[in-house]
Amino acid sequence: MMNVVSKMEDLRMLAPWVRIIKGENRREQVNVLLRALGVPLLAFAIFLAIWDSAAKSVVTSLGQVPGPTQVAEQAKGLWQEYQAEKEKEAKFYERQEKRNEKKLAKNPDAQVKWREYRGRTTYPQQIMTSLYTVFTGFILAVLIAVPLGILTGLSQTLNNAMNPIIQIFKPVSPLAWLPIVTMVVSAVYVSNDPMFEKSFITSAITVMLCCMWPTLINTSVGVSSINQDLLNVAKVLRLSWWAKITKVVLPSAVPMIFTGMRLSLGVGWMVLIAAEMLAQNPGLGKFVWDEFQNGSSNSLGRIMVAVLTIGLIGFMLDWIMLQLQKYFSWDKSAANR
Amino acid sequence: MSAHLNIDHVSMEFDTPSGKFLALDNVNLKIKKGEFVSLIGHSGCGKSTVLNIIAGLYQATKGGIVLDGLEVNEPGPERAVVFQNHSLFPWLTAYENVELAVKQVFKGSKSKAEMKEWIEHNLELVHMSHALHKKPDEISGGMKQRVGIARALAMEPTVLLMDEPFGALDALTRSHLQDSLMEIQRDLKNTVVMITHDVDEAVLLSDRIVMMSNGPAASIGEILDVDLPRPRYRLELADDPMYNKYRAEVLRFLHERHAKPDVPSSKVA
Repeated sequence: MMNVVSKMEDLRMLAPWVRIIKGENRREQVNVLLRALGVPLLAFAIFLAIWDSAAKSVVTSLGQVPGPTQVAEQAKGLWQEYQAEKEKEAKFYERQEKRNEKKLAKNPDAQVKWREYRGRTTYPQQIMTSLYTVFTGFILAVLIAVPLGILTGLSQTLNNAMNPIIQIFKPVSPLAWLPIVTMVVSAVYVSNDPMFEKSFITSAITVMLCCMWPTLINTSVGVSSINQDLLNVAKVLRLSWWAKITKVVLPSAVPMIFTGMRLSLGVGWMVLIAAEMLAQNPGLGKFVWDEFQNGSSNSLGRIMVAVLTIGLIGFMLDWIMLQLQKYFSWDKSAANR
Repeated sequence: MSAHLNIDHVSMEFDTPSGKFLALDNVNLKIKKGEFVSLIGHSGCGKSTVLNIIAGLYQATKGGIVLDGLEVNEPGPERAVVFQNHSLFPWLTAYENVELAVKQVFKGSKSKAEMKEWIEHNLELVHMSHALHKKPDEISGGMKQRVGIARALAMEPTVLLMDEPFGALDALTRSHLQDSLMEIQRDLKNTVVMITHDVDEAVLLSDRIVMMSNGPAASIGEILDVDLPRPRYRLELADDPMYNKYRAEVLRFLHERHAKPDVPSSKVA
């Protein structure tokens, strides 16, 4: 029954179209569509109009605050830069190939050099860097938070011990963590041939420190609220400690763990932008900061593009987590919480 | 004669914030192999405590449980429990729920194919073959309880413990399940200890009914031997004078001789 309902919800947007095509009471179906699609679209249009008129009335030292049209232009500009850069890269490799071929044709034993193209970082690359960093931090956070949450959920004593620590560190802003993390990373991560950039590690660890708490707390609550009867079944079956964790406790807490992970990824994405700004990790945060420092007439428009990108990606990440949650949870109602 | 299951002078004291609370006082009962015993009493009289002590989930403060000459200190599959609220793992199907128990109890002694057969056999016993691969969410309360019984039976218990197994079900479903249980009992001849607060259920199913006095310091009030021939059929029994006599005796015990207000009088005073 529950499955049917959730499947219906997935088809919610599709059903009226099908019915209109079938010719079932068209008027009602058009109304359904208007409510489901028309209202959000209208709201968005109103938002754009307000933005446009408000933007025109504010003039900063970098010129007028960009309205929707200017932002769209900047987005297009960023895309063209990316295309141009890609072309340059392709040409670079083509030239290199020809040059080396010529050399080898003259003298098969010649030493040829293969260089990597080092052009400007483009906007899509910065997005990828941000995503890579946030997932690294997020996965580290989950790897720490889930086992720790299970332990604190199982033991009231450990929970009492950990609770003050969790409560104190949970509200700390990434901006406060960053200097400490930077110093620690510079001191500890010393290598002549580093596999990762320091700025990347600093950002990822800051994300981890800020986003592990929701997963930790939710896992702990999920584990401690497990049905006593189920634990009694485990006792009657004489399950080993490990079997009890993997077969009873963990599956039972999965819906809560996923709720926590979804919150964590949201926090992580928000924190990442600030971390990248300060750590100079070449992602969206650095992009915003560089544009701000750059201070050209295009800067505000480009920053607005970044703001919208950050919002859209955050929305997408949440949606992906929700789908994962729905897929892995036995308790389908938890996904709606 | 040494009993199969001996509940030997069991007392149980709980630590509460307001001091010690004596829940059970000197409960003494010997149960024969293959016997079906019901524990009946008002809610809060410590029936479940007795069952949990037999299961090994609680440790008696005084006295103990002896099963086939060995003392019971911890839970184990030879004393399988059917809980009131089915307690199936909601993320596993009916088959997988039974499988979890079977794998744990018979690992090393049964091959994979034998296990599969055994799981299916037990689900067959409770008439659940049509819903092997349904999750608890997708089946009714009665069906969940059937799977719970199948899981307990699949552990091949020496004693089957049932904690108000049909208490949460509607009357019709309950009578279906009672019939199924009698059918299974006829074939397997398990030793069963069942808690109930349903007089008809107790008389219909039991060889002996143990009536418990109200707590605190609950103990055994009376024991009634139910000497009705098996198989028993509820419709025929409805007009049976012996059945009605037993029924009346249990009712009299519950309502006249030991009717106390829900709140223990000591707290009121």
